[in-house]
Amino acid sequence: MTAQDATPLDPQIGRPRSTRLQGVFREILKAPITAKFGILVILVYGFVAIFAPVLTPYAETEIVGPQFDVWGEQFILGTDGLGRDMLTRLLFGARNTVGIAFITTVLAFVIGGLTGLFAAIYSGWFDQLASRVVDVLMAIPQLIFALMLLTIFGTSIPTLIIVIATLDATRIFRVTRAVSLNVVVLDYFEAARLRGERMFWLCIREILPNIMAPLMAEFGLRFCFVFLMIAALSFLGLGIQPPTADWGSMVRENAVLITYGDITPILPAIAIAILTLGVNFLVDWFLHKSSGLKDGH
Amino acid sequence: MVLQRFGLGLLTLFVVSIIIFIGVEFLPGDIAEALLGQGASPENVAALRHELGLDRPAHIRYIDWWAGVMEGDLGTSLANRRDIAGLITMRLSNTLFLALTAAAISVPLALILGVLAALYRNSIYDRSVNVVTLGAVSAPEFLTAYVLILYFSVKLGWFPSLSNIDANTSFIDKLHQVTLPAVTLMAVILAYMMRMVRASIINLLASAYIEMAHLKGMPKLRVIVKHALPNAWAPIANIIAISLAYLVVGVVVVEVVFIYPGLGQLMVDSVSNRDIPVVQACAMIFAGTYILLNLTADIVSICTNPRLLHPK
Repeated sequence: MTAQDATPLDPQIGRPRSTRLQGVFREILKAPITAKFGILVILVYGFVAIFAPVLTPYAETEIVGPQFDVWGEQFILGTDGLGRDMLTRLLFGARNTVGIAFITTVLAFVIGGLTGLFAAIYSGWFDQLASRVVDVLMAIPQLIFALMLLTIFGTSIPTLIIVIATLDATRIFRVTRAVSLNVVVLDYFEAARLRGERMFWLCIREILPNIMAPLMAEFGLRFCFVFLMIAALSFLGLGIQPPTADWGSMVRENAVLITYGDITPILPAIAIAILTLGVNFLVDWFLHKSSGLKDGH
Repeated sequence: MVLQRFGLGLLTLFVVSIIIFIGVEFLPGDIAEALLGQGASPENVAALRHELGLDRPAHIRYIDWWAGVMEGDLGTSLANRRDIAGLITMRLSNTLFLALTAAAISVPLALILGVLAALYRNSIYDRSVNVVTLGAVSAPEFLTAYVLILYFSVKLGWFPSLSNIDANTSFIDKLHQVTLPAVTLMAVILAYMMRMVRASIINLLASAYIEMAHLKGMPKLRVIVKHALPNAWAPIANIIAISLAYLVVGVVVVEVVFIYPGLGQLMVDSVSNRDIPVVQACAMIFAGTYILLNLTADIVSICTNPRLLHPK
């Protein structure tokens, strides 16, 4: 996902052309320690999310022991307020919290990315309309807007995903539109348009490959943002609802333990922080590599 | 230019108020039904709708609502039938106190540390600042909050973990109570502001006229004060406004953690109770503050930039 963006593939003649995968691998080996940490974190989280049912000793919502049991051999991280195994719920949280955040981000990209592309290609009334709508939506702080919409539509996972995806799509719209506009004015795009290429072709073959790098970086940043937002909403009791194991609500459910000096309740919060940090490190490195400019914002 | 921007701000506020107001119209069922529950007879529902004024057309209610807002009457809460304005005033001042305390410390600190990071870029200091601030931005607010509670409240017992503030709390007491929530808020916006200040100063220092000034042999400090700073005001004002706007949002989570009697906590409670008028009022205040801050930032950028102030 990274190597081909930095330089045109192998300008030297005579050197055997390496495969894309090898190139990516070589780049990763050269990456700074922070980026390696990021990749490792993402791989581990992905692994846990996929294999959660195999890795965990108990079922997600199964009550297996006394309430608030301490760390021990049977329950490695103790149990929560209802007697469910903390470790099990922590591992399932990787699947639920990260999974929902990921779906939301993808949805936000589909909405924001497509409207952004259309707005850039048809720079007429559609662009005007979409841009003004986005201006207004962005004038309201996101969390506040999300809170309001959740009051109106109620709190369920599909609503949560749609509300947050829509709100985040506004920012993606802006980015996609801005970077696509740079491509739309270029000659080869004009040529493709004069050839009479269809809209779909214009988007997929002419614009998308050229705006992939900024969009990938944006995807990482947006994911962090969505992830933190969902965690915050769940923590407020308005996001992912019990009994689903979710890191935000787990912190809330077990918060009382903090007053006894127990760090168990903040473990899910730490899990959130490590993933966001990992993704941020990776994005930082990626931006550094893909764009010549070092410190733009 | 300034006036035009000001008008645009007002227009945004107006549109936002319509959105917030229209939200209620999309409610499945309506407030009266929700209030009385499913077993209510149609007559009761109709009576309550009349009492709440829901039987009038939406645009008239909207105008009435604004008229009320202008007179300081925000309507009544559905949950406890209390006057919203009374409910909010005290909480608003608490929230402002918390946010201003956090801002008063973090803004100057972020400016100084950010400029230093930009001046000594790629040094050990700069790199560690980069990693630490990225860490602070990545952590959810409640993590910071609970870690602070764990150490400073439970282990050391220096500060209370819950904020107990009412009208009689003295200023010193308030400051003591507000310390942990304010530090939590600061951690996030400080990191964010520092990163942005650093980035914009570095952008600026790369410009040709700064290089020219250096080549003229101007002392470093003079270059920054005379050449860089006047051009930096606009981005810096923007950064501060964005961070303060962020504060508006961050305050919600922090208030819930510390059970701080502020506007954010009220809003979250009202969302759980689906107490629409209170949510509307809170959303309006938050959104208004946010728009006002962005407006201020834009006006500062215009006023500090002669090219924008005196367009040809």
